[in-house]
Amino acid sequence: MKDSQHHLIDGSHQHNLTKFYTIPAHIKIASVFIFVLLVVLTPGKNFQAHLSFAVIVLAMLIWNRIPLSLIRKRLIIEIPFVLFAFFLPILGTGPRIDFFGLKLSEAGLWAGWNILVKATIGVMMSLLLSTTTPQRELLVGLEKLKFPKLLVQIMSFMIRYTVVVTEEVKRMAIARESRCFEAKGPKQWAVLARSGGALFIRSYERGERVHMAMLSRGYTGQLPLTSIQISSRQDFINGTLLPLAALVVILFWSVFLK
Amino acid sequence: MTNALEISNLSFSYPDGRQALNRVNLKIDKGERVALLGPNGAGKTTLVMHLNGILLSDDGEVKVAGINVEKNSLFEVRKRVGLVFQDPDDQLFMTTVRDDVAFGPANIGMTGIELEERVNFALDQVKMREFADRPPHHLSFGQRRRVAVATVLAMKPDILVLDEPSSNLDPASRRELAEILLNLDVTIFMVTHDLPYALEICPRAAILNDGKIVADSFTRELLGDEELMKSNRLELPFGMHLDHIPHHR
Repeated sequence: MKDSQHHLIDGSHQHNLTKFYTIPAHIKIASVFIFVLLVVLTPGKNFQAHLSFAVIVLAMLIWNRIPLSLIRKRLIIEIPFVLFAFFLPILGTGPRIDFFGLKLSEAGLWAGWNILVKATIGVMMSLLLSTTTPQRELLVGLEKLKFPKLLVQIMSFMIRYTVVVTEEVKRMAIARESRCFEAKGPKQWAVLARSGGALFIRSYERGERVHMAMLSRGYTGQLPLTSIQISSRQDFINGTLLPLAALVVILFWSVFLK
Repeated sequence: MTNALEISNLSFSYPDGRQALNRVNLKIDKGERVALLGPNGAGKTTLVMHLNGILLSDDGEVKVAGINVEKNSLFEVRKRVGLVFQDPDDQLFMTTVRDDVAFGPANIGMTGIELEERVNFALDQVKMREFADRPPHHLSFGQRRRVAVATVLAMKPDILVLDEPSSNLDPASRRELAEILLNLDVTIFMVTHDLPYALEICPRAAILNDGKIVADSFTRELLGDEELMKSNRLELPFGMHLDHIPHHR
């Protein structure tokens, strides 16, 4: 992985940081979560409200200088939902309406739109959160929000060892290729499966060794708190801004549409 | 004076019946630096695992600073024995260097400024303080090994146990680590088959082969005994002669 990319993922690029970067992680997580929750709770037929949400999210992304290329890359995760949303108007039941010359299910269209817009806003918000918060602080934040400790531990190991295991996968691939292996078709699947098995065993054994290393330093089943994050009243107020904006949007458009 | 480490008649066999240790005896005084030499598969790592109770003996006993290593004393023992594993990626499991170094002391109840000072103290000893906020995977292998040493120094152990500390290090990292180790004020027990490194750091050495201690003397004396070396699959690297290696500092 390129170093610049590394830094973005770690959220550790330190220059030109906006205020949003400095909000303590637990407040930021709660703030983003409530915002997304409000978006999800807004009826899909409130078209204008969703557009306003989208404007807020885009403004946040631009303000925090999240590169477009990264947004595009991360949105790929949404594709299965997009496909699903796409089929709904075609497969949906109920009255049909004319949509650019196609006879489509009205309920299906709304459902599809609803999924698409909410998923996109959700993904972009989580992208905003993950790029403006160092991974480690995200974990500390989750712990502070009383997220189950075991899950936080698992996530922390995942972050630490994804790189290690990826390197191992790469080394295995190079070792295969160095001996003239090419994965051309199903014939080679057996080899790939065996590599996968070897990787599993290696990772499992590494897990055992890591556990031993933890025991050696007095691990008793709980990760100790090694840092304290102090949050001010101002942080708290800043944190309420996003959910507040969503609330204003909802109220404004529901009053306006009546 | 109690010994830093006292192993008496320690035997251990793996569940598959393979006997890894066979009546091992070894005493290490406080402040000593001792190398444990032996070929691959001699039982070196198995022995290390006994020193802080990761493995518990079937037979015989291990005492650390006078405390018997057994189920009830694991906490006390692990506070006193700092084990540095061979692969720093096994040892460094937190997301930043600082958190990793803080892990041990936090487990024994340290918090706040005291914890921070302890972390800085340990990182200073291995000259890695400026890297405190980096994730381990952004460090070079040599730097990770040094941080791994810091993670156990942070617990101010009575005895530092290193499993193959020089493996995979480039010559400069190897020298840097040696300088760090030689400047520490702690008992060192170092497991290795890197003989020049053992000679550089440890005045005394023991040879483990086939689960048994077969020799225990001055490192230079052992390395000079050709018969002994040969029968234990130990040899100096190509072209190196004992006379070329300066005497101990």
